Amino acid sequence: MATLGPAHLPAEASVSSGVSTAPVTKLAPRHSALVRMTHLITTLCFFALLVTGIEIVISHPRFYWGETGTVLTSPWFQLPIPSSRRLVPTGYGYVLPDQNGWSRALHFEAAWIAVLTGLLYVISGLLTRHFRKDLVPRKTDLSWRVLLTSLAKPFRFERPSAAEASSYNGLQRLAYLFVIFVLFPLVIWSGLAMSLGFASAFPWSVTLLGGRQSARTIHFLVSLALVLFLSVHVLMVCLAGFWSRTGAMITGRTGTRKELT
Amino acid sequence: MINLSRRKLIVSGLAATAGASGLAVAARLAQKYGLVPPDHGGIYGLGETLTYASQRLLTRHSLAREFPRNRISPRPFPNELGPLTEDFKRLQAGGFADWRLSIDGMVHQPASFSIADLKNCPSRSHITELACEEGWSYIAEWIGVPLSHVLHLVGVHPQARYVVYVSMEPDTWDSIDMADALHPQTFLCYGMNGNDLPVPHGGPLRMRLPRQVGYKNKKFITQLTVTDNLKRFGKGLGCVDAEYGYAWYAGI
Repeated sequence: MATLGPAHLPAEASVSSGVSTAPVTKLAPRHSALVRMTHLITTLCFFALLVTGIEIVISHPRFYWGETGTVLTSPWFQLPIPSSRRLVPTGYGYVLPDQNGWSRALHFEAAWIAVLTGLLYVISGLLTRHFRKDLVPRKTDLSWRVLLTSLAKPFRFERPSAAEASSYNGLQRLAYLFVIFVLFPLVIWSGLAMSLGFASAFPWSVTLLGGRQSARTIHFLVSLALVLFLSVHVLMVCLAGFWSRTGAMITGRTGTRKELT
Repeated sequence: MINLSRRKLIVSGLAATAGASGLAVAARLAQKYGLVPPDHGGIYGLGETLTYASQRLLTRHSLAREFPRNRISPRPFPNELGPLTEDFKRLQAGGFADWRLSIDGMVHQPASFSIADLKNCPSRSHITELACEEGWSYIAEWIGVPLSHVLHLVGVHPQARYVVYVSMEPDTWDSIDMADALHPQTFLCYGMNGNDLPVPHGGPLRMRLPRQVGYKNKKFITQLTVTDNLKRFGKGLGCVDAEYGYAWYAGI
């Protein structure tokens, strides 16, 4: 196993190096090829889903709880944004252009690709013991003191230690597991529950969530949680060193000039 | 830097060949079993086809959720309507006595029905939710004659695959496959919550299919055409909405 910290890696990135002949390193990659590929596809799908999801919400920025809800009933909450439909009371004196056609098409296509990619990731993660090895917290991770220390570090703008470049701390492990096994399944389930065809075959998928409008509201709230996760995720990547961490997720290799300074 | 051993090369070559021929076979089978929607072209065709094919396999006979009477929404919301045409207003003034629904195409006996004719057919009702693609929804009791009953009356050719329905609203038409056309909850709907179907909700006659979103439930239906080929209608995408980017299959 690769126990070397990134500081021990050869500095491969000397700009002047001409034709590279020998392989740079024989260390196992920071992330496996499958993790890197599924991460990239999921990232692209996530942005497609986010943009088209916002477009779809704009056509009815009101949220209800229960089975039904229209502009003739009172919402649980309403987003303070203009709408792309004339009959939605928003308080704005104008109506945005309707973008639902392509937004729905791209939303569902990206959802298909994301779900199939996610299945591939989860199945291979179980087979290769990726979850057990890399994401299930170690015994030593699970004390409040350790977790709180990890939590406090970024607030002091402290960069992670060299050891943390090759594995995750307990807080990261819990966060990733929560996203992979709670938020993603919930957003997929609540999305499917809104499909009239799917609901006709699996009616419990709607009733368990409390009704069609509850499913829609849950879909929106879980999406918000995912956006929140994404923001923190990207912030942490920046704090740890954007190019080294992003490079590790794209090429699999850690260790850049930045890490050596 | 890429280290391709001979074994890797052979294995990935075989995998690629198997994958490509697998895809070709899948496409053939999908076409044969009617799992490819008419608007399968373009960059969103993959998603449209996956959704339509999987829902056809999963939901051919499943029923939309029905609700008890006490869950009917007190104020059903009729979505925005375009201005009514002069022809429509004339029919409305006559209490829709002269409204005709004509049926042609791949049928043994092309026919034409008045609203009274349709009301003389066995009447059915279901209490189901109408859900708009925008996100809102309400529950109502829908009364009508199952489309399958009318299709049996005129006798559909065995090779028929779609029913095209045309609205009196300008430039408004749509189509469904035979699985939806023969589905027991698909109605030619003339009543709502115990009364005649109000004009804002599509009266006197609306297509009602509770397993697809609102825009497939076209209002003011005047014509049905049974066909085996949607290419001949409009731009060949199966409905006018697809020409504006909305999916032909809207079970999602």
